[in-house]
Amino acid sequence: MIIRILGEGQFRLDDKLLDELNRIDNRIVDHVQKGDEKAFRQDLDRLISTIKEQGEPVDPVDIFPSGIIVPPEDMSFQEARQVFCGPGLIKD
Amino acid sequence: MGFLDRMSTVVQAKMNKMMDKIEDPRETLDLSYEKQLQLLQNVKRGVAEVTTSKKRIELQKVKLQMSIDKLDSQAKEALSANREDLARKALENKAALQAQAASLDQQIADLNDQQQKLMAAESRLATKVESFRTKKETIKAQYSAAEAQVKVTESVTGISEEMADVGMAVQRAEEKTENMKARSAALDELLESGTLTDLSGGDEIEKELAKVKAQSTVDDELAKMKAEMKK
Repeated sequence: MIIRILGEGQFRLDDKLLDELNRIDNRIVDHVQKGDEKAFRQDLDRLISTIKEQGEPVDPVDIFPSGIIVPPEDMSFQEARQVFCGPGLIKD
Repeated sequence: MGFLDRMSTVVQAKMNKMMDKIEDPRETLDLSYEKQLQLLQNVKRGVAEVTTSKKRIELQKVKLQMSIDKLDSQAKEALSANREDLARKALENKAALQAQAASLDQQIADLNDQQQKLMAAESRLATKVESFRTKKETIKAQYSAAEAQVKVTESVTGISEEMADVGMAVQRAEEKTENMKARSAALDELLESGTLTDLSGGDEIEKELAKVKAQSTVDDELAKMKAEMKK
């Protein structure tokens, strides 16, 4: 599968890792809803480092859409809340 | 809905905004290419802006460091003249300036990070744009409008995603730089109005030290005269 980390480009990852990413994703939803900023930061870091460590960067010459899009690593907790409640990461 | 699904929706919305609906897919290719070139210019401007902000803060840091060094030598001078009160004041001011300097260091590091990321994004986008250009010409030459549809969809969606990503990165960098600009302007004002120069002890401590020095010169001379008259 192809994953994009916003601000860092695309990575190619083994599909086997999808379950693990989903587990982290669900925990992140939980942290944002509970307002647990510290746990959010930890799991976002974990998500991104898993993709970078286990994945291969896609050659920039290749052009195709990603299956999964991951937020930038410096996303603030406030921005994460906006992704859920507001108009999104960046205002139009 | 998971966090990442929501994230994709956000990016998708940006992509849709960027791509207008056009009947002839080959026209879509040209339009997309035009927008890519525009975005590339935007990223370059973004990089330049971050670089300028960084330089400005680095310059402020140099000024602050000079004040810190000056206070340090004033403290030593005061101590050797047995004026612990003056030395203490100089060191207190130095500590305040050091706190400012540490905050500037953090800002410089943040901007540096932004600069590196944007430059990497610029190079990725430039490569993709060039690759898109070649692909677009091939598609236009080899396929009829109807046949081109499938080919166009994949590359246009792919490049639009990259563009949405880079566009967001530039916007984030701009917001961060904007924040720092305000803080940096405030610091410039402090430096210019003399609030910080006062804090750097330039005037008050310098005057006191000059007095101490003058006093000791007078004392020395008096002692010399006395000694000569005794002869």
